[in-house]
Amino acid sequence: MLLMNKAVHLKRLLLGLLVPAIVLLLWQWTGSQPNMAGIMPTPLKVLEGWHSWIFGSPGLGLNPYLGTWVSNVEYSSMRVVQGFVLAAVIGVPLGLLIGWSKLIAQMFDPLIQSLRPIPITAWLPFSIAIFGIRDIGSIFLIFLGGFYAIVVNTTQGARDVDRNLVRAALMMGANRSQLLYRVVLPAAMPSIFTGLRIGLGISWTAVIVSEMVAVKSGLGYVLWDAYYMGRMDIVLADMVSIGAMGFISDRLIVFIERKVLVWRILQSH
Amino acid sequence: MSNISIQQVCKVYPSAPPVIALDNINLEVNEGDFVALLGPSGCGKSTLLNLIAGFELPTSGSLLVNERAVVAPGPDRGVVFQEAALFPWLTVWENVIFGPKVQGLPRAEYEERAHEMLSIVGLHDFKQHLPIQLSGGMRQRVGIARILTLGSRVLLMDEPFGALDAQTRLTMQELLLSVWQKLKPTILFVTHDIDEAIFLSNTIYVMSARPGRIQSTLTVPLSRPRTVADTASESFRKMKLDVLNLIRNHHG
Repeated sequence: MLLMNKAVHLKRLLLGLLVPAIVLLLWQWTGSQPNMAGIMPTPLKVLEGWHSWIFGSPGLGLNPYLGTWVSNVEYSSMRVVQGFVLAAVIGVPLGLLIGWSKLIAQMFDPLIQSLRPIPITAWLPFSIAIFGIRDIGSIFLIFLGGFYAIVVNTTQGARDVDRNLVRAALMMGANRSQLLYRVVLPAAMPSIFTGLRIGLGISWTAVIVSEMVAVKSGLGYVLWDAYYMGRMDIVLADMVSIGAMGFISDRLIVFIERKVLVWRILQSH
Repeated sequence: MSNISIQQVCKVYPSAPPVIALDNINLEVNEGDFVALLGPSGCGKSTLLNLIAGFELPTSGSLLVNERAVVAPGPDRGVVFQEAALFPWLTVWENVIFGPKVQGLPRAEYEERAHEMLSIVGLHDFKQHLPIQLSGGMRQRVGIARILTLGSRVLLMDEPFGALDAQTRLTMQELLLSVWQKLKPTILFVTHDIDEAIFLSNTIYVMSARPGRIQSTLTVPLSRPRTVADTASESFRKMKLDVLNLIRNHHG
């Protein structure tokens, strides 16, 4: 039984690796064609470039792709963390209040719903005009990108609270703020985490876009800069780095979610 | 002394045409009494319970509990819901002490009682379980333990055993009878199950639908304490037949 399971797993793993392997081989072959030089580096060239980008000695700092990977990942991550935390700190309480109180919904909903269709990319010139080429402009865009997803999902979660849970709490003597903190918040937690995950994904899009235009550091800046310098190996290594960072940060949220929502996970089994 | 006093209560839901959920309800329940509201779905029996609980307000009429007008839900009237309505993110223990805790009572005052009530409902070994890890019957036991810990003297029960299988339902009915024998709270029990109403209550208020009215009041002739054997007795069967005829005649 166990053996069969192992065989099944192995088969699935091999099947899953088959197509990527073919793509890699095709890529290697295409990249080695003479007319592709300077446009499409081979996977091996990308690995080589990535390696020196991470581990190379910066020397006099004339080559920006030697040993600067870690600091650029740090720049982008710190911006995401700041913008995203700000979005969560404002978005979750506001979403709870909008979902909970008709009055607050009537005050905030029209504004949020009318601004939400504007893509964060469209905010770029405005953001640069207000904040200049500085960190805060980038953080503003990340905040905005994460904020909508968080506030909308939290609102929905707060609206969907089981009426009988609210009644039970009132029956036991809970006041309005206890109701919000002890019933609406935990009941909305699954929706809040959905909002956080979507919001974090958008935050990574926002950081790359804003770094391409509004600041002079980070993975997004390097991406565009390397393209101008004709370093396509760095462009590709950068793309993979962004994907990896997005993946890792999503796993991190899922990890926290599993700790916080044990009751919910048991429920779905 | 009358514990629950309802006079000329009407509940109308504004729509076109307006729905008269309750029409001129008069009801007096004495302290420590066990009464059942029996009727088909849509007869307004749950609406009446919601009014007494304070979840909804009557359109007209007066509604007193312990001589005070009901204006909001409160710990003096404990409600057991059909689906238990436990907080799924809290353990059994945290659910049971929720009431005294939000009221800011000192721990020493309620923890002992909570332990005692969990023992009475037979869940002392399940304090750290989450509601999802319990069966339907066990969840209702928590629902009962939590309002007993709350110290409610009036228990409002809205078809609490309706979703349980027959065997569990019987066990729960016996449990409720023993709790009532022990603590003598006032219980108003909503059900559509004739056997359940007879087995549990002293008085049955039979309700009819559209508009919701109390059609008749019947006194259950069974003595206390009751056991399952009572459900097979002659007087039980006769009472059941009376109720059936009453309901059938009314519906024509």
